[in-house]
Amino acid sequence: MRHIISILLENEAGALSRVSGLFSARGYNIESLTVAPTEDASLSRMTIVTSGSGDVIEQITKQLNKLVEVVKVVDLFEAPHLERELMLIKVRAGAKERDDMKRMSDIFRGRIIDVSEDTYTIELTGTGQKLDAFIEALGRNVILETARTGACGISRGQRVLRI
Amino acid sequence: MELSGAEILIKCLQAEKVEYVFGYPGGAVLFIYDELFKQNKVKHVLVRHEQGAAHAADGYSRSSRKVGVALVTSGPGVTNAVTGIATAYMDSIPMVVITGQVPTHAIGLDAFQECDAVGITRPCVKHNFLVKDVKDLALTMKKAFYLATTGRPGPVLVDIPKDVTTAKCKFEYPETISMRSYNPVVKGHPGQIKKAAQLLIEAKRPMIYAGGGVILSDAAHQLTRLVKILGFPCTNTLMGLGGFPGTDKHFVGMLGMHGTYEANMAMQHCDVLVAIGARFDDRVIGDPAHFGKMPRKIVHIDIDPSSISKRVKVDVPIVGHVPDVLDDLIKLIEAGKQRPEPKALQAWWAQIAQWKTKNCLRYDRNSKIIKPQFVLEKLYEITKGDAIITSDVGQHQMWAAQFYKFDKPRRWINSGGLGTMGFGLPAAMGAQLANPGATVACVTGEASFQMCIQELSTCKQYRLPIKVVNLNNRYMGMVRQWQQFFHGNRYSESYVDALPDFVKLAESYGHVGIRIDKPADVALALKEAFKRTDELVFMDFITDQTENVYPMVEGGKGLTEMILAEDL
Repeated sequence: MRHIISILLENEAGALSRVSGLFSARGYNIESLTVAPTEDASLSRMTIVTSGSGDVIEQITKQLNKLVEVVKVVDLFEAPHLERELMLIKVRAGAKERDDMKRMSDIFRGRIIDVSEDTYTIELTGTGQKLDAFIEALGRNVILETARTGACGISRGQRVLRI
Repeated sequence: MELSGAEILIKCLQAEKVEYVFGYPGGAVLFIYDELFKQNKVKHVLVRHEQGAAHAADGYSRSSRKVGVALVTSGPGVTNAVTGIATAYMDSIPMVVITGQVPTHAIGLDAFQECDAVGITRPCVKHNFLVKDVKDLALTMKKAFYLATTGRPGPVLVDIPKDVTTAKCKFEYPETISMRSYNPVVKGHPGQIKKAAQLLIEAKRPMIYAGGGVILSDAAHQLTRLVKILGFPCTNTLMGLGGFPGTDKHFVGMLGMHGTYEANMAMQHCDVLVAIGARFDDRVIGDPAHFGKMPRKIVHIDIDPSSISKRVKVDVPIVGHVPDVLDDLIKLIEAGKQRPEPKALQAWWAQIAQWKTKNCLRYDRNSKIIKPQFVLEKLYEITKGDAIITSDVGQHQMWAAQFYKFDKPRRWINSGGLGTMGFGLPAAMGAQLANPGATVACVTGEASFQMCIQELSTCKQYRLPIKVVNLNNRYMGMVRQWQQFFHGNRYSESYVDALPDFVKLAESYGHVGIRIDKPADVALALKEAFKRTDELVFMDFITDQTENVYPMVEGGKGLTEMILAEDL
């Protein structure tokens, strides 16, 4: 089963490779991994999308907690949560496709953030499924390039991840 | 006053009361060696290969409960030490490894003797640091010792670039330290301990299974007390030997791949199992699915949450420092009036006695060729069970574990997790330095011994009177045994040809060498050797080439699917 694990860790050189090394050394899956400093510059927040049985996810959270630089670990799937991913997608937009592309972008609530003679670059956020659906709807032959951030997530309501 | 990084490092070691540093000099650590030279509080032991430094620091720690410290140079110094660091990591041994690094401005430029020490060792250390600024050095050293010794112990590596050893700053060593991201649990959860106590009292067929965590946390006293109060059978893992007295009537022997028949049967058929500082690893319980077939309740006490429910699901997990948890558990049981039902316990002990009649460790006592088991029995008798025994890896290691009965902790020193051949001799050096008056013997084989044989030279330099018991069967015995059992007697590359004359070799290093090839001479040779309390004696026992270790559970098989001597 798919899980989103959020980690607060010391914002130190090498901390990222400790986490990614743990996943490869123990054979855990990584679907995506994002990391950036938090409002407290001494801490980074990492979001890992992984999959595995309940036992595997339990081991993943235990092993992550064991890393000396990891301050807190939470599996967002334990409670209601929000999940978003950002995609920048460059599509063919010549005279023939232009209107279609604009319409599709509007339907998916995307924003066209760059325009050239033959291309649009569209910014789209949403769940991974929504981004997949957009790609599917456009069709492979109009897509020139995609850049996706991987998911980041946060709990709903009062639950917060902080130290 | 400002001090150089090298001076600060030595001051930190002094502040940590480090007695010995095991190391080997080189370009990147020259300033550190210069500072070592100028003082006499921290003594340096010059090994002959960096692997030896790490193993010696490890053996020092295992035999003394102090932190082992190793010091090596950059590049090949680090890579040579990696096997020793990984060995310590697998067995959770507190060590601080200081490595030289090329100057900060040269890092990443493929400089001479550069390697990414932090990157290479990341998967085999508890934690590691690269010190880029001399101002961080003292705090980093404090953290290194703190991390190595607290929680589940382990090796910590500190990589120090050469320019950091010359840069200067004010020295201040922190008295205490706390890290927001590192808070090991000490006390066990009272509710869980209560549940465990209830299970123990209600048990009809109980079993206590204790591992290396009991030794590392100095909980042998508490474990012994718990077993005595309850009257339960107790088994130790390879790493746990000595955690419970090997001569006690409650001890059913080591369990696992080469465990006793009775220990493995009791493990499989118990109704309540208490695992203490142990991790249900593959060499201990075999196939987890086979193990899981029998219904039983499991209590698991361990400091490391990730050890719990990793291979085997448990019913009552207790995360905490083993002696603290056992103290609480004992208090609770003693305060209550309930005791396990004596009748059920009697029946269980009768069953165990029945299993014992298999006499699973028997061997041919009338052999005209020296049987390795016989050498170990005599070693036990002649040292009165009171020696520190280190071992290498293979058949000799298993026979030592089966035949030498350890009554006290920190007497049995072997590479259990990583299974590192070459560990025995350097570990014995560390153990002898940590315990100057003690009898230290290294049980080894001709294949393992040659992997760190260069340390015979170190033994001479520091006058370490280690007794080497070489069980020489001209084979990599355990490899040969597997090939016999599972590969149709095809002894692919397991025969060691062109062996040195170990007697002459020992003599050339300035030691005493003896060759023994008749069973009748075994006891005499051992007696003579142990009389020489100020010399290293190398005893080359020419043993039966075809002897196997029994019982044996084939890798991946169930714990009770044992091959016994009588089956063949």
